[in-house]
Amino acid sequence: MRTRPRLYVSYSSEMALLPTWTQKIAALVFLGILVLLPFGVIPGLGFLADNDWLKILSRVSLFAIGALGLHILSGLAGQVSLGHAFFVGIGAYTAAILGGEVGKGTWGLGLPMWIWLPAAGIVAALIGALIAPTAVRVRGIYLAIVTLGLVFIGEWIFRSLPFITGGAQAGRKFPRFEFRFWKEEVPAVDFTSDGPWFGVQLTSEAKTYFLLLAFVIIAVIIAKNLQRTRVGRAFMSIRDRDIAAEVMGVAEAKNKLLAFALSSAFAGLTGALLGAFVGRLVPEGFSLFMSIQFIAILLIGGIGTVTGTLLGSMFVIVLPRVVADLTGLLASTAESGSGFFAAIAGFFVSTAEGDPGIVSTLPGTSPGLNIAQFNLLLYGLLLIGFLIFEPLGLYGIWIRIRNYWKSWPFTY
Amino acid sequence: MTLDLLVFAQAGGQEAVDKFANATSSGIALGAIYALLALGLVLIYKATQVLNFAHGALAALGAFFAAYLATVINFPGRYATFLPTTAQWILSALVAVLITAAVGLVLERLAIRPMIGEPLFSVVMITIALDIVIRTITDDLIGTNPRPLGDPWGADVVNIGPAIVAKSEIATVVVTIICLIGIALFFRSRYGVAMRATAFDQEAAMAQGISAGRIFALAWAIGAGLAAAAGIFSSLFPRSSIGVSNTTAFFAFRALPAIVIGGLDSVTGAVVGGFIVGLAESYAGAYLVGPSWSFLGLGFAGVMPYLVMLVVLLVRPYGLFGTEEIRRV
Repeated sequence: MRTRPRLYVSYSSEMALLPTWTQKIAALVFLGILVLLPFGVIPGLGFLADNDWLKILSRVSLFAIGALGLHILSGLAGQVSLGHAFFVGIGAYTAAILGGEVGKGTWGLGLPMWIWLPAAGIVAALIGALIAPTAVRVRGIYLAIVTLGLVFIGEWIFRSLPFITGGAQAGRKFPRFEFRFWKEEVPAVDFTSDGPWFGVQLTSEAKTYFLLLAFVIIAVIIAKNLQRTRVGRAFMSIRDRDIAAEVMGVAEAKNKLLAFALSSAFAGLTGALLGAFVGRLVPEGFSLFMSIQFIAILLIGGIGTVTGTLLGSMFVIVLPRVVADLTGLLASTAESGSGFFAAIAGFFVSTAEGDPGIVSTLPGTSPGLNIAQFNLLLYGLLLIGFLIFEPLGLYGIWIRIRNYWKSWPFTY
Repeated sequence: MTLDLLVFAQAGGQEAVDKFANATSSGIALGAIYALLALGLVLIYKATQVLNFAHGALAALGAFFAAYLATVINFPGRYATFLPTTAQWILSALVAVLITAAVGLVLERLAIRPMIGEPLFSVVMITIALDIVIRTITDDLIGTNPRPLGDPWGADVVNIGPAIVAKSEIATVVVTIICLIGIALFFRSRYGVAMRATAFDQEAAMAQGISAGRIFALAWAIGAGLAAAAGIFSSLFPRSSIGVSNTTAFFAFRALPAIVIGGLDSVTGAVVGGFIVGLAESYAGAYLVGPSWSFLGLGFAGVMPYLVMLVVLLVRPYGLFGTEEIRRV
């Protein structure tokens, strides 16, 4: 006999990571798609096997790890932080000191990945725990400004330590994605060169993609599991009503410190991976804009949910590429063809000097916005739109679609 | 402060007096700009409980309007050629302030009003998103090269006692004082009282027939206008030798420590905080440089406001003049 849907007969089944069969199957299918992507065998998604797109998808994984960290701090524990980029920077430079090679005036110990990667997370967590007592004293908007200050102070610290960061505008090289047991000549697993794995020929981009995919899956499992533990529930109780939580015996300061440390650890790992992924970073990279990107991921995806955080990472990181492609398409339509579509495209895109339009494919800034600026503008407008019209983000849209079809054909 | 006095005492002589006087005068002028920015931020915060992270973008937008009106189309000076050039420029600047205030009105209506009562995180983020949008548009309007504002003072300086003061700095301080008096008078006016009532208790104010929406709009308009004034002065010599550029907007982020130092909901605090931050930054720029301070690296003066803020917050978590939040279950 079929049981009533969503009937839980035990606490453990209700608290399961994937409580329903639909969710289990959906997660499996999604995972399968992600694993098969680089081989280009999935109909309709073949273009994603392109190295360019694999890089973008790797970046999605990277930012998802950091965003999951911010999800713990802001989504679960409810603390507004604009300082996430600072901890990303701490992680990146810890990895650089431990794993990087000695460069022109920069330090580097050249230790293997199994040391620099965990170390980046641990050091960032320690710094987060160090800063937390100050941050715990203030709440709400004051905390937002303090963490904003953290980003600016951090940027200055990074600029002032040229032997670690390579100095302003110059930057330094970071360790590579290579797995060594110790400092042997040939790495045991090399993610940065093309070659066969278990008899399958893979590009370096595909290897990096798989590596980061593995990390993001681990991060998702940790973040998802955290919500089911005592600590996670303590975070959420502080978010919902801090005094009530305290009355119920949740130690506010201790748990906030823990939230800061955990979120910083995720940020630190992202930093270390980002350094290895990009290869060279300038200290100015860990700016307020990076923090804003993480917050945007949370808000666009849907704050307080792991699924939303993942959706947000995809959306925010893929958006610039889509905009660039779309602008290119519009420009070519406007230039080549005539007719209705070309007229519309011509209205939006300016392809020549003196041609009015919102986006310009010309270098420089006039007459229209250049593509980078248009990206930024669209990004800001999207954020505003989501905040006003869909505060729960992409996840909220999904919930509404789901609820509509659940009760279909009845309206409610 | 003690550090500065120590250095001051050690160096001795006329040179040290001159240095101290110059650092102080430029600190006061800088503080005046921060006070203008902080005043607008606090007004908006008090009335709407929204901290406006887009303040810097509004400041840059106002400075761009001033540059455009004064140097490109000479509005409204072209219709008043009988006036001296200084008066013409002041008129242009005033019109720029008014236009920016109108932009503030529009922003409030479109983006802030729907967010009343939303969680803090969303409200903070929407002003940051506004900052991105306005800054992008402003950057595009400014173009690749910085725009000079065409102000009548240029790089002229006068000697006041031992200090060499730029004329524009005097103008900055004078305008700030006028704005402060204006705000103080405004708070005694009909709408000012309404705004104070709304800030104190919104529901009670509405029960008395005060339109809260109109107060919100008014606060944003005044705040944006003050931001524009600050933006204009921060684009003049000696703050910026090149005029308004795409870095002007970032300048205003240093007014955030000012309002935290003063306390977010205190108008007095905003002004005091502004001057503290300005002086701290100026002294840091004057004294914490040179070979013995080289370990501080570049741009230490720029982070000085944040460091002062952290110290103040450790002692007083609600700023010097802010009201302590009473937490109720």
